[in-house]
Amino acid sequence: MISEGYVKRDSVIHSAAPSLKIISLAVFCTAVFLLTSWQWVALAGGMTLVAYKVARLNLSHAYQGLKPTLAILAAIFIFQTIFVGLPLAAFILLRFSCLILAAHLVTITTRSSEFVEGILSLLRYAPGWVPAGKIALAISLSLRFIPMVRSVFAEVRMAQRARGLDKNLLALLNPLIVRTLKSGDQISDAVRARSPDL
Amino acid sequence: MFEFIDVAVKKEGRVLLSDINITLSEQRIGIIGLNGSGKSTFAKLLNGLDIPSSGIIRYQGSPDVKARRREVGFVFQNPDNQIVYPIVGEDLQFGLKNLRLPAAEITRRIEEIAQRFQITHLLDRFAHQLSGGERQMVALAGVLVMEPKVIVFDEPTTLLDLKNKRQLLKAIDSLSQQVIMISHDLDILRPFARVLQIENGAIKRDGAAAEVIESYRGEYA
Repeated sequence: MISEGYVKRDSVIHSAAPSLKIISLAVFCTAVFLLTSWQWVALAGGMTLVAYKVARLNLSHAYQGLKPTLAILAAIFIFQTIFVGLPLAAFILLRFSCLILAAHLVTITTRSSEFVEGILSLLRYAPGWVPAGKIALAISLSLRFIPMVRSVFAEVRMAQRARGLDKNLLALLNPLIVRTLKSGDQISDAVRARSPDL
Repeated sequence: MFEFIDVAVKKEGRVLLSDINITLSEQRIGIIGLNGSGKSTFAKLLNGLDIPSSGIIRYQGSPDVKARRREVGFVFQNPDNQIVYPIVGEDLQFGLKNLRLPAAEITRRIEEIAQRFQITHLLDRFAHQLSGGERQMVALAGVLVMEPKVIVFDEPTTLLDLKNKRQLLKAIDSLSQQVIMISHDLDILRPFARVLQIENGAIKRDGAAAEVIESYRGEYA
């Protein structure tokens, strides 16, 4: 789960080493997946919200993390309710929300460059054939271009609405994909232009 | 100074540029031409983003592409595709970190450029929240921190309003570097020392700005 918005605060979580935050997130998420009781997952959720408080963030910041995923969470909840029943569906919903909130906390308390450096420092221990620099650059580009693709989508949707085609998935996706691929070529040129040794 | 000797570019069976024999030494050089004429391909050759299918390009006497890319900066038409990091300050660091400069030098260069172009207040902002004009200034700053000797601009004012265009042109005017600029806005290129008109992948006209621009206007306006 990647969110684009770093929120500046003076807190112990903000100043923690990015690699430590990434490892902690991985451990936390694994633990939440292994937990099978309501009580423990609720406790993990509570701890996540406390972590938001420690980071001097409020509940609206937490909600901003959940908001883009609400439709997906709702779909998961409905399907699980149909196939496995309400109690388990609610448990799965709580577990996913907990994971999303924890990941969101890490991304909004870590600048993208620190995040990339954190990943680079962890990849130091990876075998030599792992392209650490390229992985780090890909992550930073993803963070940068989430809002760009979103605004291109908004433009395409508006243009298609003007033609009465805003409900046509093909009419929305075709120009979006073409424009994104075209931007991809230009971005690749721009990265090369500023990376003389690539 | 650039020297193009018998340069041609072919891609997927199409000839994009052919028989380019030219020397570029003036401080301000403009490039004009119709859409699809080969202007952008020509500009990318200057920076080494494209390499010729045949012929030689020399910069300061050397054909080394990597050395040329270090000396030649490139500002693209759409700053959205040029700003790599979400936060402005981080983006300005990007090219400098690629050059493996020490942290103190990176900070010095960013502060100097940010003050010069009055974008210090933007350093902590998200690139996607800036106006078009601010984004183009950030894209220019991202190139200038690399301290290039030449800057190639590919239609830098196309997406800007009048106020931002004036501001960007003022900034470009203040540059001590050699500037090579593609533009459809012919008036911008009028004060330039030399203008090239590219058509169908070849240099059709080459000369003083007023002369080339008037002939081009007479032909197509």
